[in-house]
Amino acid sequence: MRQILLFISIIFVGILFIARLFFLQVYQDNTNNLYEDNAIRKVYDYPKRGFVYDRNGKLLVSNQPSYDVMVIPREVKPLDTLEFCSLLKIDKEQFITTYKKAYTYSPRLPYVFLPQLSKEDYAVLQEKMRKFEGFYIQKRSLRNYETTIGANVLGDIGEVNQRIMNKNPYYKMGDLIGMQGIEASYETTLRGVKGIKFIQKDRFNRNIGPYKKGKFDTLPESGKDIKTTIDATLQAYGEILMANKRGGIIAIEPSTGEILSMVAAPTYNPNLLVGRDRSKNFTKLYNDSIAKPLFNRSLQGVYEPGSPFKLMNALVALQEGVISSDEKITCYAGYKYGNRFMKCHCRSGTRNDMVHGIQESCNAYFATVYRRILDKPENASLGINVWSDHVKSFGLGNFLNNDLYVGQPGRIPNRDYYKEIYPKTFYSTYTISNAIGQGEVATTPIQLANMIAAIANRGYYFTPHIIKEIKDETLDLNYTTPKYTTIDKQHFEPVIEGMLNVYTHGTAKYLQIPDIEICGKTGTVENFVKIDSVKTQLTDHSIFVAFAPKNNPKIAIAVFVENGYFGSRFAGKIASLMIEKYIKGTITRKDLENFVLNHSLEDEYAKPYSGVPFKINRGTTLQTIPIEEVNKLKAQLTKLEP
Amino acid sequence: MFRQTDRHFKFDWVTIILFLILVVFGWMNILSASHIGTTIDYTNFSQPYGRQLIFIGLTLILIIFILSIDAKFYERFASLIFIVSMLSLVGLFLFGKNVNGATSWYGIGGMTLQPSEFAKAATALAVAKYISDLNTDIRTFKDQIRIFIIIIIPAFLILLQNDAGSTLVYASFFFVLYREGLPKIYLTLALTLVAISILALKFGPIITSVLAIVFIIANYFIQKKKPVILQPILTVLACIVIAFGIKFFYQNILQPHQQDRISLWLRLEKDPQKIAQMRRDILYNLYESEKAISSGGFSGRGFLEGTRTTGKFVPEQHTDYIFSTVGEEWGFLGSVFVVIVFVLLMLRVLKLAELQKSQFSRVYGYSVASILFFHFMINIGMVMGLIPTIGIPLPFFSYGGSGLWGFTILLFIFIKLDSNRINEW
Repeated sequence: MRQILLFISIIFVGILFIARLFFLQVYQDNTNNLYEDNAIRKVYDYPKRGFVYDRNGKLLVSNQPSYDVMVIPREVKPLDTLEFCSLLKIDKEQFITTYKKAYTYSPRLPYVFLPQLSKEDYAVLQEKMRKFEGFYIQKRSLRNYETTIGANVLGDIGEVNQRIMNKNPYYKMGDLIGMQGIEASYETTLRGVKGIKFIQKDRFNRNIGPYKKGKFDTLPESGKDIKTTIDATLQAYGEILMANKRGGIIAIEPSTGEILSMVAAPTYNPNLLVGRDRSKNFTKLYNDSIAKPLFNRSLQGVYEPGSPFKLMNALVALQEGVISSDEKITCYAGYKYGNRFMKCHCRSGTRNDMVHGIQESCNAYFATVYRRILDKPENASLGINVWSDHVKSFGLGNFLNNDLYVGQPGRIPNRDYYKEIYPKTFYSTYTISNAIGQGEVATTPIQLANMIAAIANRGYYFTPHIIKEIKDETLDLNYTTPKYTTIDKQHFEPVIEGMLNVYTHGTAKYLQIPDIEICGKTGTVENFVKIDSVKTQLTDHSIFVAFAPKNNPKIAIAVFVENGYFGSRFAGKIASLMIEKYIKGTITRKDLENFVLNHSLEDEYAKPYSGVPFKINRGTTLQTIPIEEVNKLKAQLTKLEP
Repeated sequence: MFRQTDRHFKFDWVTIILFLILVVFGWMNILSASHIGTTIDYTNFSQPYGRQLIFIGLTLILIIFILSIDAKFYERFASLIFIVSMLSLVGLFLFGKNVNGATSWYGIGGMTLQPSEFAKAATALAVAKYISDLNTDIRTFKDQIRIFIIIIIPAFLILLQNDAGSTLVYASFFFVLYREGLPKIYLTLALTLVAISILALKFGPIITSVLAIVFIIANYFIQKKKPVILQPILTVLACIVIAFGIKFFYQNILQPHQQDRISLWLRLEKDPQKIAQMRRDILYNLYESEKAISSGGFSGRGFLEGTRTTGKFVPEQHTDYIFSTVGEEWGFLGSVFVVIVFVLLMLRVLKLAELQKSQFSRVYGYSVASILFFHFMINIGMVMGLIPTIGIPLPFFSYGGSGLWGFTILLFIFIKLDSNRINEW
């Protein structure tokens, strides 16, 4: 024992040390990652973020410099706080609280003391900066929106949060990333690749020299400019028309799938989300749970499509051969099925063929057609699947898989969908509301616009997209390959004829534009909300879909105005005006324009929140806008004149 | 002076090779830890790595000198060497130079010399000489006291120079005395004292006292040969006094920074945020050295590639914290290598000591192993955060002429003694 005490102690300590070394160096997670090594200073060189242009080359988004006052608390020396505060235009309390925050964050790391100084403040401060040790100014690049349009399309950039940094190690604290819209979907293209310099520092945080002589340093790669498919003039026009209303407009060029405009109302000035007040303004927009300005209604708004969906049923019926375009179906001011009755506004006894069925939007006609489609196979269970597949071939009921940052799949039901409600028996009458675009079918405005584009093209569409051109890059094949629907080309003509008649003789006959053959379809959709848990009906949504001209179509459009009542009241007028603006460049139907500009739906939107009983549809009176407001809108319009 | 031509072949080459490995590898790490920027100029003698080259060169001369002297010389002049060494320690109070609060150096021209580094070898000689004296019986209280005085003189002088770390090294002679027959009761007492101190600090003196009482009562009833009832009662009282005394000592006598070191070591502080804060502020050195070691990972970052080493993140890295350089640049593999080389060296010395025929050589060899072990244990243990911060160098590794020479003299006197083993018959 006496001889081995030291021997055992030596062995024991040796093993203990090896165990400790194992714990420190092997067991603990020590990635030899330069980025996480705080002995190495990472100096990033941020490239210029790419500009965004409209389809005609008009600059929409550029950059502007901004100056952040940074602080490294450990390096701060006693200073004249009074002078410093007055230069920064803050009070002493704010100085103290921010300084404490910075210190708590880390005494050694830079902290944004005051973000985004104005150029004027910067100029004054810069000369005196040397007096304040530990503080310095960091230049950053912010977005500059050249116009006030397209907030929902263009999106914005903001500082990355912890979740993004965890997901993508490219982003570091304080980096900017596209948060919405194009900025988000083309983030990697626009941002480029930042350069990095690794600098060895010592424990006093001084730079010693480049790490390994700059072996790992990289140069920044500039972000690429992007040309979008948006037509700035048309976009601006749509936003003016949608003032004081809620809803969306989507206009697509059918021959390419390019999105000409994408209006979501209400909108906001994108410059609100730039600079020092970004988070304040964002919170304000975000918290507006009634108007929901950040909610892109043309992409995310899922609504029952209403009558425009009848076009779809007509096409499926022709393809399935369950009706010919000449066959006439009698309407008894409605459609009787079993012991139930679906009303129609046709005079009882009217006999409609397909063109007139579309023109008059006859419910009985499409109920009949829909039942024939479902009942064509041995049972309606098979029939509805056939129907569903045809409808889905138009891009309905599914994400369009495009370059828009947000979207909704909508809903096109098949037999599986109904398994819950109708486990055993399933007859065509059960889902008859689908015949007229109500019931279980649901679509977003962009899906409707795409459906119209496919009709305009007589059987195919290009995935709607927002990207027109990236320098030195070819577009994704997804956007340049046509997608064929399951409907043969010849079946489109009677439907298009019907849509033309909507303008010439039907529900949109007062919305005609001289010299342009427009094919359209109105829609009026009942809708309900719960007020104090009572299901209450609101004024119908006003919907309109159209394309023009009939031959060689240039524009396909879907307009959706929440609680706008019947289709031609708001949506139809807006669609006609948009088409005229795009094709002719000037407006001849000033009467339509004046109507749209003069009327507001704001009081309609206020009704469900008013707490008092209210009337809807026929019982409403339209709110007119004070003349000054209208003049302001008109002043904006004159700026758009070529 | 060589009596036989093949004399030098009788030196224990294993020990010498292990020594050389440590010195050379140590210098490489000093180079890493002390070069500035990205340029290295080996002839720059104003830098630690350059100066250490000179020190190593002088060490080789010193080794030849030590090995050339007759082995009997060391035994014969042990007392004189000890007295000279103690005088050199006393002289510090008159001529000493104060560096970082410790008056441990003589300034000679541009050089400094630290006599406490040589005092260890001198004390080892003196202890060996005294124990090997035919009249000495370590089991007697008289001789225990005398040996204790021999050891306590340098320890006390060094403590007065404010170098608590080096003082602690003299505790290593306990191993030597125990090996040579010091009664077991001292070991029991020492272990009990350590246990009670830790328990009293960690769980408070009351719980510790209760534990001690329970333990001693249980022990009393288990023992077949019952001692006088007074003995356990006195033991209990002693335990209680120690428990409360330690608490008092910790709270009132230790300086705040020493309290914090112990508090962190024993995890007395519960608030994790405060611990993190303390680690950053008080134990900045340890915090950085642990980080440097950790960042080495399994295979290290490579020679001269350690970012924390290059950036001088660990203060005193070329001296007391040199092992963190090994950790960062050579990783787990390199660190384990160093630990194993040290262990082998100590075990080798220990084995040779046991083989000595003369008691003087054996005691001296044992002292060498014990002193090396204490330095090894305290230094690396501290750098890795296993024990509280105590600043002593890592033998053969840390930068510094005095340290290197002190350990070289210590080790090579033994190698010389060992080579003379055959003549002892």
